[in-house]
Amino acid sequence: MTAARWEHYEHEADVGVRGYGASVAEAFEQAALAMTGAVTDPDAVRPLERVELRCEAPDEELLLGEWLNALVYEMATRRMLFSRFAVQIRDSRLTGEAWGEPVDPARHHPAVEVKGATYTTLRVARHGEGWLAQTVVDV
Amino acid sequence: MELARFERLSANAWRMPAQGAMRVPVVIYASEALMRAMDDKVLEQATNVATLPGIVGASYAMPDAHWGYGFPIGGVAAFDPEQGGVVSAGGVGFDISCGVRCLHTGLRREDISRKQNELADMLFRRIPAGLGSTGAIRLGEAEMDAMLTGGARWAVQRGWGEEADLERIEEGGQMKHARPHAVSAQAKRRQRDEMGTLGSGNHYLEVQHVSEIFHPEAATRFGLQEGDVVVMIHCGSRGLGHQIGSEYLKQMALSAAHYGIRLPDRELACAPIASEVGQDYLGAMRAAINCALANREILTHLVREVFREVLPQARLALLYDVSHNTCKVETHGGRKLYVHRKGATRAFGPGHPELPPALREAGQPVLIGGSMGTGSYVLTGTRESESLAFSSACHGAGRAMSRHQALRTWKGRAVVDQLAARGIVVKSPSMRGIAEEAPDAYKDVAAVVDAADAAGLARKVARTEPLVCIKG
Repeated sequence: MTAARWEHYEHEADVGVRGYGASVAEAFEQAALAMTGAVTDPDAVRPLERVELRCEAPDEELLLGEWLNALVYEMATRRMLFSRFAVQIRDSRLTGEAWGEPVDPARHHPAVEVKGATYTTLRVARHGEGWLAQTVVDV
Repeated sequence: MELARFERLSANAWRMPAQGAMRVPVVIYASEALMRAMDDKVLEQATNVATLPGIVGASYAMPDAHWGYGFPIGGVAAFDPEQGGVVSAGGVGFDISCGVRCLHTGLRREDISRKQNELADMLFRRIPAGLGSTGAIRLGEAEMDAMLTGGARWAVQRGWGEEADLERIEEGGQMKHARPHAVSAQAKRRQRDEMGTLGSGNHYLEVQHVSEIFHPEAATRFGLQEGDVVVMIHCGSRGLGHQIGSEYLKQMALSAAHYGIRLPDRELACAPIASEVGQDYLGAMRAAINCALANREILTHLVREVFREVLPQARLALLYDVSHNTCKVETHGGRKLYVHRKGATRAFGPGHPELPPALREAGQPVLIGGSMGTGSYVLTGTRESESLAFSSACHGAGRAMSRHQALRTWKGRAVVDQLAARGIVVKSPSMRGIAEEAPDAYKDVAAVVDAADAAGLARKVARTEPLVCIKG
């Protein structure tokens, strides 16, 4: 089993976000956590409010972009940060939930604003027994 | 970067001939030291751009080029619609029309020394900066469309800005042929509360003093003298531009095969200029340019209000406003080309008809923002830049180190204290943001500007140094 975890990887101007998981869906959840990690410490974000998201795309890689962009949209319009995610994927259709709270600059010290997910180094692929999902987000 | 693959055209120009699927060569303007320090990914991305249909001349990279998405940041590429040329969302970037404007204040450094802290506090209180901040203006549907069509001109008509500013903004402050209907409801929703906000990351507002003059004649024409106080604002089209960039990147990736475009990588997503997707993107992108111009105009209005209260003798007049993430239709060598500049500044030389009379003899001011707490530069466009890179120059320092690495290297509080010891007041809602934007996380902006000057892309006029920095 690939343990669920996330990390950032180096990109000169922006930030690479990568999630690992036992399934594609779990890797997507972890990639979303990595995206929050580009803004603030995810542990500082309390999962108080729930938001539902839906998106679809012709393949898993474009779906990762759609998922992250759907979250960027919710973060921007609701002025929230998210720290807990639940994703289900069926036939290139994603239904997801994100839990978080309104941005509090004094507590979250948000370093950047994520503008959107790019297709640079975009990959959804097998990793050992599980999956990895990654791309560069423009900040 | 390995230099063996290049032929050296001059001390600051390097060319890699077209090979394989490339339609044109890659040309990079940089000193040998900047070339050696440049990421290999710049060449990889510039090479990919050189394969796109209808590209003209060369796939260019400026001295501050670094690894971007699709096109390198610091990339310039022009496409001919008559030759099947394309337009690319990644070739413009997500922060459409991100740019810099510089304002005179009519003040000298000694005029503000006793008011520096008060000015910093007041600017920080009045200028919405950082993630989650909102402006005082709420745009309804009709007003949103008026803004997307009118740009800075719309802002001036609504009382946020001065008529005299307009001729000192590219396109006279209003990008023509914008199509608000090509902008999605989501993009407009993202912008609803964000007019007059600075944003986050590397965006800032600085009060600076002119610390050095390199070109006295051009400086006089620009009204700059050593010791003068100026204001520089760096920001873009906010959520609206970001959403347009994301949406059209996907649409272009999906439609490329339909238009018979073979992409070496999805990140190069593009569409023919003469296609429905291409035209929709151009209309939406132009609307986003207007959004950025309106945004910088509103921010200027807020800055003027603050100066009126703190330093009533100040008179803030716009020197110029440049955008460095755009695709614009320009005539070069008698051909109408679609010039993409991503992290590159347009740099029209003296005599260019698009320059206002007051600047026509001097050439276009080219405003180069340094990293937080280091110097910024004012350059002027040259005539030879036209033949070098479709009248383009660099846009900033470029990162030398990732945000991740910067965060491990510095603490925000220590950076603030170090800058304070040098007489620079930094205000930001985020200490982590300050650490990630630490001055040494960026390349030496002086080396970048020197290379642009030596290559002939633009000429150095003046250097400025910050006194107050409001960081988003």
